[in-house]
Amino acid sequence: MDTLPVVKPACGGCCSKLERLSVSFGDHRVLEDVSLHFHCGELTALIGPNGAGKTTLLRAILGEVPHDGALHFLDQSKRRPDRPVIGYVPQKLDFDPTVPVTVLDLFAGALSRWPAWLGNHIFLRRRAEAVLARFEAAHLAGRTLGRLSGGELQRVLLALAVTPVPHILLLDEPVSGVDQAGLELFYGMVSELRRRHDLSILLVSHDLPEVLRYADRIVFINRNVLFDGPPAAAVADPLMRQAFGVDPSLLDRRECPPPDPPACAGAGAGP
Amino acid sequence: MPAAGSSGVRRRGGGPVSAWQRLVALLPFEWAQFVFMQNALLAVLCASLLFALLGALLINQRMAFFSDAIGHAALTGVALGVVLGLGDPLWAMVAFAVLLAAAMTLLRRVARASDDTVISIFMSFAVALGVVILSRGGGFAKYTAYLIGDVLSVAPADIARLLGLIGLVLAFYLGLFNQAMFVSLNPSLAGSRRIRVRLVELAFAALVAAVVTVSIQWVGLLVVNALLVLPAAAARNTAPSVAGYIRNAVMISMASGVAGLVASYYWATATGATIVLFAMGFYLLSLARRRP
Repeated sequence: MDTLPVVKPACGGCCSKLERLSVSFGDHRVLEDVSLHFHCGELTALIGPNGAGKTTLLRAILGEVPHDGALHFLDQSKRRPDRPVIGYVPQKLDFDPTVPVTVLDLFAGALSRWPAWLGNHIFLRRRAEAVLARFEAAHLAGRTLGRLSGGELQRVLLALAVTPVPHILLLDEPVSGVDQAGLELFYGMVSELRRRHDLSILLVSHDLPEVLRYADRIVFINRNVLFDGPPAAAVADPLMRQAFGVDPSLLDRRECPPPDPPACAGAGAGP
Repeated sequence: MPAAGSSGVRRRGGGPVSAWQRLVALLPFEWAQFVFMQNALLAVLCASLLFALLGALLINQRMAFFSDAIGHAALTGVALGVVLGLGDPLWAMVAFAVLLAAAMTLLRRVARASDDTVISIFMSFAVALGVVILSRGGGFAKYTAYLIGDVLSVAPADIARLLGLIGLVLAFYLGLFNQAMFVSLNPSLAGSRRIRVRLVELAFAALVAAVVTVSIQWVGLLVVNALLVLPAAAARNTAPSVAGYIRNAVMISMASGVAGLVASYYWATATGATIVLFAMGFYLLSLARRRP
């Protein structure tokens, strides 16, 4: 983890805030008055049924859909960046199996103004390979995207999303269709990122057992926020039990202990 | 602009084109001694480069059908040029095609209909409008040149136009290639990396519209899309990387261009269509050599 810039490990109150965020498509109100804090070093899982507005919330944070309410990002030194860096791991990429784009080409496209069709620059090659190595993907650098497995592709996209280190990392159902081994490897890396780099991470998922296992905080939305709290509270919550049929024994399967409670006020609670 | 009926043989000009003509005349072939073939060879080499570069992007962006629609819309451009009383319909064609391309690009986002439905609707409308205007009074036959095209009618002034188009495509390649690649993979991912998705899409659509429309007079709207798509599709089957993809597309396009031109001389066939047959041959070969 030494190629990313060193960041202060302590939470200096850096967080991203949504304040009364609402999104409408025509007459249809998809999200209503959603207020959330995303704290550094915390993996927040966003769950909810299909059509609950999870993806719309991500798209609002990405600036793709118009919305009411405010979005704030604070960086380590409590400044509000004008243009926050957002790391994004999409659910899937849209390509056919003959796509000629290699993993290196993908990095070239993201990190360099040097056009990928002129070949990969040596500096870029070194930088990309160093990042990929941290995600057990260095051997994939020369492969075309069509020749990666689902898990390999998601690791590459994760590596890309944290280069440069973002203010917030958005994961949109990143492991749907990835096998169990790939899924554990992926979440292991996300946990590592969260601990070492004090990243706020927002994970969209519809798989509650998966979320209970890896998230620090769970937010259940269906148009508005219905539950917001740590996994232990989630399994005890009557609404969550009703919606998901939660089995408290799932909590015992947590692999990584929760990190030290963040120093910020109001962690784990609403605004 | 050279449409049907214009003479294929032209006077020798001065400058670089004349030097090119003398160079080709050194080749020990019968066809290489004719000025119209010397010009056509230069035009085919330029057009092959142009089509390979643009086609490679088209397939990346999954817009092969889109460019086909643009080619058909050129017919309406001709019609508008006639209606407006313009002597040279080329600028009317380009303007109409660019407008149509921009409208289609925006409608794709708004309509939420599947892409091929939107494109198909526009194409049907454009062709119908063009045929209605041009066929008024029964005069459609004189516009059929745009269906087949005529590479052998290329004049030195046309070569300059081709070079101008190559310049436009190269500008896109240098400035927006990486961004366009990301937009094609996932627009949200591209947006998260601060790529202006809509702008890239519009710029590319306008580029395709300009190139396809200007090229139609030489290759004809029936085959222009095949010339764009086939070399890039063949290159894609064997490409190990983006750089290899572009390189292979250019080589395949130029090889089929020259082979098609020479063959069309001996077979007395339409050059554009003959080139397509050679490009198809390359495509079949690439399927056989496809990476597993």
